[in-house]
Amino acid sequence: MNIQLQNLTKRFPARGKKAKGEVTAVQDLTFTVPDGKLVGLLGPSGCGKSTTLNMICGLETPTAGRILFGEEDVTNLPPELRGVGMVFQNYALYPHLTVLQNILFPLENLKGDQRPTRAQMREKALQAAQLVQIEDLLDRRPRELSGGQQQRVAIARALVKTPRVLLLDEPLSNLDARLRLQTREEICKIQKTTGITTLFVTHDQEEAMSISDFIVVMKDGVLMQQGAPQQVYDDPANLFVAKFLGTPPINVFAGEVKDGMLLLAGQKALAVPGAPDGDVWAGVRPEGFVPDPEGPVACGLSRVEVLGRDASIVCTHPACQGDTLRVILRSEHEVDGAQGSVRFALRPEKTFLFDRSGEQRLRFGAGQGA
Amino acid sequence: MDRNTKKAWLYLLPSIVLLGAFLVYPLLDVAVYSVEECFNFASQTYQGVGLYNYAYVLHDPYFLQAVQNTFVLVAITVPLSTVLALVISTALSSIRPLRQLYQTIYFLPYVTNTLAVGLVFMVLFQRTEYTDGLVNLMLSWFGAGPIDFINGPHWAKMFVLCFYTIWVVLPFKILVLTSALASVNDEYYKAARVDGTSRTRIFFRITLPMISPMIVYLVITGFIGAFKAYSDAVALFGTDLNAAGMNTIVGYVYDMLYGDSGGYPSYASAAAILLFVIVLTITCINLLVTRRRDGGEGGAAL
Amino acid sequence: MNASEYEKKRQALRRRENLRKALTYLFLSFWAVVVLFPFYWMVLTSLKSYGAYNSEYLPVFFTLSPTLENYHNAFTAVPLGGYLLNTLIFSVVTTAVMVVVSTLAAYAFARLRFAGKDLLFGLFLSMMMIPTELVVITNFVTITNWDLRNTFPGLILPSITSVFYIYLLKENFEQVPDELYRAAKVDGTSDLKYLWKVMIPICRPTIVTITILKLIECWNSYVWPRLITDDPAYYLVSNGIQEIRENGFGRENIPAMMAAVVVISVPLILLFLAFRNKIMEGVSRGGTKG
Repeated sequence: MNIQLQNLTKRFPARGKKAKGEVTAVQDLTFTVPDGKLVGLLGPSGCGKSTTLNMICGLETPTAGRILFGEEDVTNLPPELRGVGMVFQNYALYPHLTVLQNILFPLENLKGDQRPTRAQMREKALQAAQLVQIEDLLDRRPRELSGGQQQRVAIARALVKTPRVLLLDEPLSNLDARLRLQTREEICKIQKTTGITTLFVTHDQEEAMSISDFIVVMKDGVLMQQGAPQQVYDDPANLFVAKFLGTPPINVFAGEVKDGMLLLAGQKALAVPGAPDGDVWAGVRPEGFVPDPEGPVACGLSRVEVLGRDASIVCTHPACQGDTLRVILRSEHEVDGAQGSVRFALRPEKTFLFDRSGEQRLRFGAGQGA
Repeated sequence: MDRNTKKAWLYLLPSIVLLGAFLVYPLLDVAVYSVEECFNFASQTYQGVGLYNYAYVLHDPYFLQAVQNTFVLVAITVPLSTVLALVISTALSSIRPLRQLYQTIYFLPYVTNTLAVGLVFMVLFQRTEYTDGLVNLMLSWFGAGPIDFINGPHWAKMFVLCFYTIWVVLPFKILVLTSALASVNDEYYKAARVDGTSRTRIFFRITLPMISPMIVYLVITGFIGAFKAYSDAVALFGTDLNAAGMNTIVGYVYDMLYGDSGGYPSYASAAAILLFVIVLTITCINLLVTRRRDGGEGGAAL
Repeated sequence: MNASEYEKKRQALRRRENLRKALTYLFLSFWAVVVLFPFYWMVLTSLKSYGAYNSEYLPVFFTLSPTLENYHNAFTAVPLGGYLLNTLIFSVVTTAVMVVVSTLAAYAFARLRFAGKDLLFGLFLSMMMIPTELVVITNFVTITNWDLRNTFPGLILPSITSVFYIYLLKENFEQVPDELYRAAKVDGTSDLKYLWKVMIPICRPTIVTITILKLIECWNSYVWPRLITDDPAYYLVSNGIQEIRENGFGRENIPAMMAAVVVISVPLILLFLAFRNKIMEGVSRGGTKG
C-alpha cells in the first residue's frame, strides 16, 4: 500500500502576541511513498518535515490537500483509525512501565472484537520484541536501557499493532556516532523483513542517502526534489539540493556562460554547449576535478589532507563562494603538495549550472539528463 | 584558623546567632520544659522531673477535643483538597485561552491575609438575628433550613472550617500540580494518541504515574500543614476556640502558653511535642506506604 | 468502513470534544467564582451603609448607593492606620534584615572555602524540618525574660531567619561561574565588593523573589505577634482585625469590618498582581503557606 500526499498545505497561526497572520509550515506538497519502500524525508530543521510526518500520522490536520493510504482517504481520520506506528525522536517510552508493558500498551487500547486476548497480546509483543532483538530486556524499565536499546523498544512498540505504515521522527539523532551506523542498518533490515511502508524524517543527508530507497528533499515547506538517492545526488534540480546533499559539500563558483563556454573569474573553464548566456552559479562536486597540468582551472593550493583511502585537497579560487574549495582525489600523489598552485580540468557530469536565483538548473550537453 | 575561615564565620555569624537563639536552643529547651513538672512561669520554679505534664495533657478534655478536631480536619481536607487540585489543574492544563487568567484567580487566596478573609467567610456563613446570611439564603433556594454555621452545631462548624481550609490550601496545590503537568513531555501524549489511547486511560496510565512524585509531596506537606491548622479556626470562630469547641492541637498549645487560660509553658511544651510525634509518625507512614507502592509496581501493575 | 461512516464518526468525535471543552470551562469558571466571591462580597459589603446592610434580612447581591463612610469609620473608630503602620515597619525591617543576613550566609556557603562547611550546611538544612510550633514556646519565654514584649525588636528578632531562603540563595549563587570570582580576585576585588558588585546583580531575580515572599509572610503573620503583643499600640493587621472583630466597632458593624478587611487585603493583592510570575515561581519552588 502506498502513501500519497496531494497538494498538502499546513498553516499555523503565528506565535507570540505581536506577530499576526499565519505561518505556512508546509506548502502544496505532493509526493508518493511507494509500497513497501523505505523513504527518507530530508531537509534542514524548520523545513516542515516533522509537520508533514505529524499530518501523515494524524496528530495534525492539514489546512488543505489530501492524504491517501492506498485508495483510502485518511486526511481527516484520527490517528488510531489510520493504522500507523510512530517512533518519536525521544522515543516517548513510558518511564514507569517495563519494556513489555510499553510494547503491550497500544494493544491494550484496542476495543471490542479488535481486542486480542491476553495470550495473543503477549504473543504479538514477544514477536515484536524478537524482531528488534530485545527479548532479554522485557522486564527492565526504559531508564535502565541504553539509547540504542530504547530505540529498539520504541520500534517494537510501533510495530506491535502491525501498522500499515511505520513513521520515524529523527530516529538516529539521539544516538552517538557508532550506534548511529549500527542502528540505521538495523532499521533498514527490519524494514526489509517486514516489508512495511516506512517513512522517516531526518536532517542528516548522509543518513537519508545511506538507507533510503527513495528520498524527498524539502525546504521551507516546499518540495525541492524527490527520487532515488543516487539519482538526486547526480542530478540535483536546484542549487539548494546540490548544496544540501553530499559530504564534503559541493563547491560553488560564481561564473558566467558565454557562447557555450563557462567562464570562472574570466577564464574559460568548461565547454557547456546549449547553456544560455548570462551569470550563473556553477557547482562542482569534490570528485569532479581532474588534476591536469594543462587544465583550465588554476587554483591556489592550501594544503593536502590524507584520509587514508583517498585524499582531500584544499584550494583557493577567486570565483569560489566561501574561503576554500575541496577536491577529493584517489591519492595524494596526483598533485604535488610542495607547489603553491595546481591546475584542474572539470568533469562535465559532476558540474551543474544554476541561474543566479539558484532555483533553476541550466542543463547543457548530452550527459546532463532531461 | 586561617584568614579565609575567619572571614567565612564572620559572614555566617548573624544567621548562626539568630538561628541558635531562636531555633536550636528553643528546640532543646522545649524538651526540658515538657518534663519539668508544675513549672511556674512567674517564679521560674518547678517541683520535679517526670512525665506528669504529658499525663495531664493527655487527660485534658480540651486537648482530646483538639486532637479529635484536628484529625477530622486532616482526614477531610487532605484527600479532598488533593483530589480537587488534581481535577482543577488537569482541567486547567487542557485549555489554552484564558488559562493565565484562571491561574491568577486561583492563586489569589495564597496572598490574602488568612485572618481577614476568614472574617468574610464568617459573614457569609453566619446567621444572626438580623440576617440568615448568604449561604443560608442559597440553602433556602434548595429548600434546606437555615443553619448557623458559626455558632451552631459542631458538624456545621466543622464544615465551614474544612471548606475554608481547602479554599486556603488549594492555590499552592494547584500551582504545584499545574507545573508538574506542564513538565510531562508532550511526546508521551502524542505517542498515546497515535495508539488511540482513550482520555481516561491516558490520565490514569500515563499522566498520574508521571506526576505521582509531586502528588506524594503534596500529600505529605498537606498532612503536615493540616495538622498545624490554627489561624483558619481563629479567623472563623474567634480566639476563644475552646469555648467554641473548635480548638486544634496548635491552638491548644498557644492557649496553654498565653491567653485567658495561659501561663503553663510546661503543658504547652508537652502538647507541642505530642503534636510533633503525631506528625512525624504520619509522615513516616506516608513515606513507607509510597515507597512500598513504588517498589511493588513492577510485576502487578497490569 | 466507508467514507460516510468515517465522516459520521468524525463528527461525533468533534461534538464530544466540544462538549467536553464547554464542560471544562464551565467547571473552571465555577471554581473561579468560588474563589472570587468572598472578595466580591467583602468589597460589596464595605460599600453598603450600616443602616442599609442591617435592614437586609435577605442579603442583596449589589448596592445602588455605595458609600465610603465605612472606610472613614475604619480609620477613625479603630486605630487601623496604626495597625497598618506597625505592619509596614515590621514587614520592611524584618525583610530587609533577613535579606542581608541570608545573603551573607548564602555567600559564605556558596563561595568561601572553610573547614566544616559541609557539616554546617547539613545542620542548616536539617533546621528546615524544625516546626515553628515547637520553638515558639521557648521564644515566648526568652522574649518575655528579655523584657521585649510589646516592642519591635521582640516582634522582629525571632522572625528574621529562614533557612529555606538561605538555601534558595545559595543554590542561585553557586550558578555564578567560578571564573568570575577568580577574575575578580586577580583584579584584587575584596569578597564584600565582589558580593555587592557581581553576585547580587546577577542573582537579583532570586533576591527579589525571596523579598516578596518574605513580605507576604510578614504581612500575614499572626501567631507570633499575637503571643508577644497585648498592647494594641503594637498590633499588626492580623491581630488588629481580630481585635476589631471582638471589641472594635461593636459586633454588628459588619460593613465597617469589611472595609478594614479590604484595606488590609489590597496591598498584598496589588503586590501579587505586580509580581505575579515571580511569586508563583518562587512558591512552586518550595514555599508552603504558614
